[in-house]
Amino acid sequence: MKKEFYNIAKLVTQNSKILDVGCGNGELMKYITENISKDIRGIELSKSNIQKCVEKGLTVIEGNAEKDLRQFPDSSFDFVILSQTLQAFLDPENVLNELLRIGKKAIVSIPNFGHWKVRLHLLLKGTMPVTKNLPNEWYNTPNLHMCTIKDFENYCKERDIKINIKNLKFHNFFSELGIFILEK
Amino acid sequence: MNKFKDIKKIIVEKPLKLDCGQTINNYPLAYETYGKLNSDRSNAIMIFHALTGDQFASGINPITKKDGWWNYALGPGKAIDTDKYFVIASNVIGGCMGSFGPSDINPDTKKPYGTNFPVITINDMVNAQYNLLDYFKIEKLFSVIGGSMGGMQVLQFVSNFPNKALTAIPIACTASHSAQNIALNELGRQSIMADRNWQDGFYEEQNKQPDKGLAVARMAAHITYLSKAGLQEKFGRKLQERDDLKFSFDADFQIESYLRYQGSVFVDRFDANSYLYITRAMDYFDLTKKFGGNLSKAFEKSDTKFFIISFTSDWLYPTSENRDIVIALNAIGKNVGFVEISSDKGHDSFLLDVPDFLNTVKYFLNTSYKQIK
Repeated sequence: MKKEFYNIAKLVTQNSKILDVGCGNGELMKYITENISKDIRGIELSKSNIQKCVEKGLTVIEGNAEKDLRQFPDSSFDFVILSQTLQAFLDPENVLNELLRIGKKAIVSIPNFGHWKVRLHLLLKGTMPVTKNLPNEWYNTPNLHMCTIKDFENYCKERDIKINIKNLKFHNFFSELGIFILEK
Repeated sequence: MNKFKDIKKIIVEKPLKLDCGQTINNYPLAYETYGKLNSDRSNAIMIFHALTGDQFASGINPITKKDGWWNYALGPGKAIDTDKYFVIASNVIGGCMGSFGPSDINPDTKKPYGTNFPVITINDMVNAQYNLLDYFKIEKLFSVIGGSMGGMQVLQFVSNFPNKALTAIPIACTASHSAQNIALNELGRQSIMADRNWQDGFYEEQNKQPDKGLAVARMAAHITYLSKAGLQEKFGRKLQERDDLKFSFDADFQIESYLRYQGSVFVDRFDANSYLYITRAMDYFDLTKKFGGNLSKAFEKSDTKFFIISFTSDWLYPTSENRDIVIALNAIGKNVGFVEISSDKGHDSFLLDVPDFLNTVKYFLNTSYKQIK
């Protein structure tokens, strides 16, 4: 399992009610189900990923986070997790608002466009950065709204979103990934 | 009724007040079971059949000698694994496979009920079938499962008996029958009633059968169970045992021949009045009605874990209508999973060999079962 998932899993509390938005093949959900809380479900868009979740015996709802989060009532989950997908939404602001509405806490991870490798890549090569966390070329990337950790912090500050914990023993320059616990 | 003398049935003594106002009692409810009930009676699943189904879901139907309607899903080692679970299937009231239906003899007149049979609803069907839990002394079902009208019964069951099923799998169904589906059912009913042999529903006492009307109803309905892409792929414009068009109204095309065949075999196994009564029950189905249009309220008291399944090419009970059930459950924080399975086999997908579908049912059941063990 990805190191990121261990870090996210550390942030959720025992037996809490959790929604994993864009749960992929269910790897994180499976880990949390087995070790932390069984009361977890996911939303996923890709049919092949959904089948993988089903095979793992996970509760998954086929759906699109951009429009299907609105069906959940306010504060219906203790934690809502969004791992590295915020940048791929058409309207990430709306998704963030929804996460903070339906979750008492939202755990959001973002690939950091301010990482030194990304900066160096652009500086030296003059082409769009391709890294481990950002493996796609500019023409086929699903990422529409890249930001840096600093951008994200500024965004939260402007909107009075409390950043409870960030995983960042590093900072904007050294982290490839930012993991935040947010509260409205 | 002699042909049903060897099939399993219970006689329900307890009076059942139907939605239409009439009360019935001492009525037969025909059922079949698969697998073995375990010692703590915790492995029981009730499955509900669709419009033209019956209690013989798996193996060979002893009356029609045809394969059970859910052979792909139900049996030893299959998605609903009868090596593991005890499965109860019954024939709905209004049906024609041994349960109380319009071809039963009315004790007052000594003649078949015909259209004097009371109009029944999905709610009535489910309330009748609930008696099987008492009969088998089952406190709580492990699961309730059904597709199409069977899915409607699943929803109604959970709503009526909120704590009697641990899990529920409504498949390719709706919580409220749409105008389009009412229209299609009406087409079928009018076809039956337009057959001179129908005789206002009293055809049996006159030894007549509205076969033509029933066959046309089945042909029309059969089209709605398939998809355009599926039909095109299977039949296209292929001709039926001929090299060229005959410039007549024979079945030139394979699709015509296929539909005629489907109509002709259907009348051998199904009763025209049952077709009227059961389609009526589907049309009357609107789970939201009792709850002021709010479907969530139908499930408020339930702690059942749901898994809802729809199919991409099902235009009869489309994904959107299945998703409405998911939305209603999520709106009140209930435990629900949902997948839309890719298939070009239309509404019939739930009856066919669609591996992703069968796997979904299997994994959901097995995981849920592990959690209670």
